[in-house]
This record gives sequence, C-alpha cells and structure tokens, in this order.
Amino acid sequence: MKSVKQSKYVHVKQHKSARRGHDSRVFSCLKRHKAILVASLLRLLNAPFTSAMAVTVMAIAIALAGSFYVLVSNAQQLLSSLQTGNQISLFLHEQVSDQQAGKLAQQLRANQAVEKVTLISKQQALAEFKQYSGFGAALAALEGNPLPAVLQVYPKETVKEAYQLRQLVAQMQNQQAVDFAQMDMGWVTRLQSIMQIANRVVMLLSALLALAVVFITGNTIRSELQARHDEIVVTKLVGGTNAFICLPFLYTGFWYGVISGVLAWGIIFLMLIMIDAPLEQLSLLYQNQFQLHFLSISESTLLLLASAVLGIIGAFAVANHQLRTLKPE
Amino acid sequence: MLIFDRVFKRYPEAGDALSDVSFHLEKGDMTFLTGHSGAGKSTLLKLVAMIERSSRGQVLLDGQNLSQIRENQIPFLRRKLGLIFQDYKLLVDRSVFDNIALPLLVTGMGQYEVARRVRAALDKVGLLAKENSYPLALSGGEQQRIGIARAVVNKPAIILADEPTGNLDPELSAEIMLLFQQFKQVGVTVLIATHDIELINSFDYKVLQLEQGRLIN
Repeated sequence: MKSVKQSKYVHVKQHKSARRGHDSRVFSCLKRHKAILVASLLRLLNAPFTSAMAVTVMAIAIALAGSFYVLVSNAQQLLSSLQTGNQISLFLHEQVSDQQAGKLAQQLRANQAVEKVTLISKQQALAEFKQYSGFGAALAALEGNPLPAVLQVYPKETVKEAYQLRQLVAQMQNQQAVDFAQMDMGWVTRLQSIMQIANRVVMLLSALLALAVVFITGNTIRSELQARHDEIVVTKLVGGTNAFICLPFLYTGFWYGVISGVLAWGIIFLMLIMIDAPLEQLSLLYQNQFQLHFLSISESTLLLLASAVLGIIGAFAVANHQLRTLKPE
Repeated sequence: MLIFDRVFKRYPEAGDALSDVSFHLEKGDMTFLTGHSGAGKSTLLKLVAMIERSSRGQVLLDGQNLSQIRENQIPFLRRKLGLIFQDYKLLVDRSVFDNIALPLLVTGMGQYEVARRVRAALDKVGLLAKENSYPLALSGGEQQRIGIARAVVNKPAIILADEPTGNLDPELSAEIMLLFQQFKQVGVTVLIATHDIELINSFDYKVLQLEQGRLIN
C-alpha cells in the first residue's frame, strides 16, 4: 500500500517537473527573443553611421513609394468630388422654337438611356453668352437672336462605354430638329482613366522600390554576417542550427525595416505639409473645398508593417543563403 | 563509440588526405592521434565533427553512420561532441560565462539549468571565479580551460581535441591533460590530436599514428 502511494507521488512529481521543464523552455525561448530584439537594436545604435546610411536610403525608397501613393489617392479623391459623367449637347436648328425644343426634351426624357435633359432656350443662351463672352454690346447690335436652342442630354450612369455613347449620339443626330449633336466625353472621365494608369504605375513603382528595400537590407545584413563570422562559426561548431544563428539577423532586418518605415512616414508627412499651403491657395482659386488627405492610421500601420516585413525578407534571404554555404573552419 | 571503416578523404585540389583509415574507439578510451603536419590529423577530426564528409568508407559515431546524416541533422549530432581547438575559438566580446553557455543555449535550455551547468563546468576546470571575465583578460592556459569547459558543459560522449596544448608550456599542458584524464574516468571518449611526442610518451595511452594519410601502427 505504502509503495503504491509512494510511486503515485513520484509519478506526480515527475509529471510536475516535466511540465515545469517545458514551461521554462518556452519561457526561456521568449526571453531569448526579447533579449535578441533588444541586443540587435543596440548593435544597430552602436554603429550609427553605417546603420544611418542604410536606413536613410531605405527610408527614401519607402517614402517615394508612399508619397506616390498619397498623391494618387488624393487626386482620386479630388476627382470623385467633382461632377462626373458625360454629356451630349444637341444644337437645334435655328428655326426650331423653344416650344418645339421643350417637346423634344420631353420626348428624349422618355429614352431609357437618358438620365436628364436640360433645355437652354434661345433666350437663355443669349443671356449666358452676353454675360460670359463680353460681346454683349456687339450682340445688341444684331437684329435677332442668332443662337440656337440647345438640349443638354445626360446619359444614365450605366451608359458609359464608348460604343453605347456613340450609338446614343447617332440616335439623337437622327432627330429632325437636331442640327448637330456633340458628345463631350467628360474630362473627368478621361482623367479617371489616366488615374487608373497612375494607380498601376504606383503599384509597379512600389514593387520595384520594395525590391530595392529588400536588397539594401540584404546587403547590410551581409556585412553584418561578415563582421560576426567567428561567432557564427563557433555557434555552428557547438551545434547551433541555422535557424538559431539566423534569428538575430532577422531581428536586425526587422529593426532596419521599422526604423526606415518610421523615417519614411516622417518624410511623407513633411512633403505633404510643404505642398499643403500652396494647394490650399489653388483650391481657393477654384472655389473648391479640397482637404489634403494624409496617410490614415491603418495606412500608416500598413506602411510600418510592410517596411518591417521587407527588412525581415531581405535579412532572411541573405542570412539563409550565407549560412548554408558557410562551413566552419 | 567511434568507428572508422576503410575511410578515404580526397580533396580535388590536394589529392588523398586520408586513405584506408580504419580504427575504433570504445567508450572511455583515451587516444592520441599523431603525425606530422599535413599527415591528415585535422582531416580526420573534421570528418568526425562533420565539417567534412568522407569520400569513401564509413564513419560511425555512437552507432550513427555519418555519411548518411542529412545537412539539417548535423547540428544535433555535433551536440554529442565536445570540440577543443588549438586557438581556443573563444568569442572575445562575450564573458566567460556566455562563452561556456553557448552550447546549452543552442539547445533552448532554460536559464537556471544553463547557469547551474556552466558553473559546474567552470568549477571542473577550476575557474569558477572568472565567470564574469572576458577571454582576453585571461592567460593562454586559462583560455584553454575555458575552451574545455565549453566542450564538456553539454556532457558530450566524446571529446575531440585538436592540438589542445599546442600554444601552452609543458606545465600548463600537464594541467590540461589532467583534466582530460578526469573526463576519461567518467566514461567520456577522448581523442587528442597532437604532434607533441614528449606529451604522448609521458602517458600510456593508445596512439594512432598517421603518415601521409595512412595509419601506420
């Protein structure tokens, strides 16, 4: 009886100590990560000149990509705040009366492809022309009103493809009262397609600059590996795995990424502040309420995260390759 | 414990460094490996430490065939070895404690156990008081004892020493040999490469003599 009890006790005790062993292993692993995190930062700060050069170049690359992104997203925002859409102007024959024009407008409104039709009567046309052209006096000298009535047709949003619009224009042109139908592909629409190209360009540039960041980190890590050659050899000889040896270098890459990310954020911020004032003036001239949009919190987080990941990737690529090829002695 | 079975090692640029080498060491054996410079002593040790692989023949360490070990298993096999070098290979920017702790840290051992084992190893080589010193502040003999402490801290089954007394005077060499004898007594296999004939003759241990890559006794 006693021996059973004793063996049970021993069993429990062994179990406990095994668990404690496991816990302390996990704990010591976390501690190691924390220690390396701090040590790699200190190492970076201990060689401020070399680190600063790499970090600055990386930050400029990241800031380039980031500021392109911010500019494009601002331009996009500006565009979407402007009125969009296409417009077809129907210049009616001179002899068509305002009444007939009104009838035609009514008729066109029934068209499924049409969102809105506004009538600019001969009178309105004359008034507008007088007001804006500065030829008021000359017009007064004329006998009658030489200006035709105009119908401005706004197609529905769904009608936006070029061939649909062309079809609509042809349809309108066929109306007897219509002298001439002119399509104004909205310049906003045109700009929007230009913006799509700009978006693409930003993506491509970002990819290239990201690659640059990876290579710069890699290069820095390479010289770090050389400087710590002895340490790596000894660690290998006492049975350190490549993963164990790699870890400090990954943290170094992480720090390079994070620090240059923060610096890049600052550069973008400064750039935006510098163009904010003149932009506000421009916006005032156009009576537009445009607010320059800076990186949001989530965008900023993404920027830092991406920088950190790029740093780690660069470090990993080089360290992994070097450690595989490095033979002790 | 360690078996060489008709082992050849050929370097493409330098020809055969080892040819047809066969021997075996039992658990607790203490053996000298001797020969002139370039006779193949270092090559033989490198094969055991898996720094190099044999061109032909088999090396068995603790029952494991080293020619069949995959690259990513090498670190785990090296943990069974205690390596000692002529130039000590201590990391000069780390304290004595941290140097000795390295073989334990790579295994992920908890810090209390690490501290306990490091102090035990330091005590064994008689340098307990130096744990916070840095290697360059120590004498050559002391540095080699730190190297030995690092080699045995992981309780290896086999110790490989490459010219461990090469940089030391006879008195210090004797101290180092005394340590090796202590390890032998607790069942550790010890293989010491040296060309110090006097040292070899002052002990009555097995001697493997290499000449131009062949064993000649």
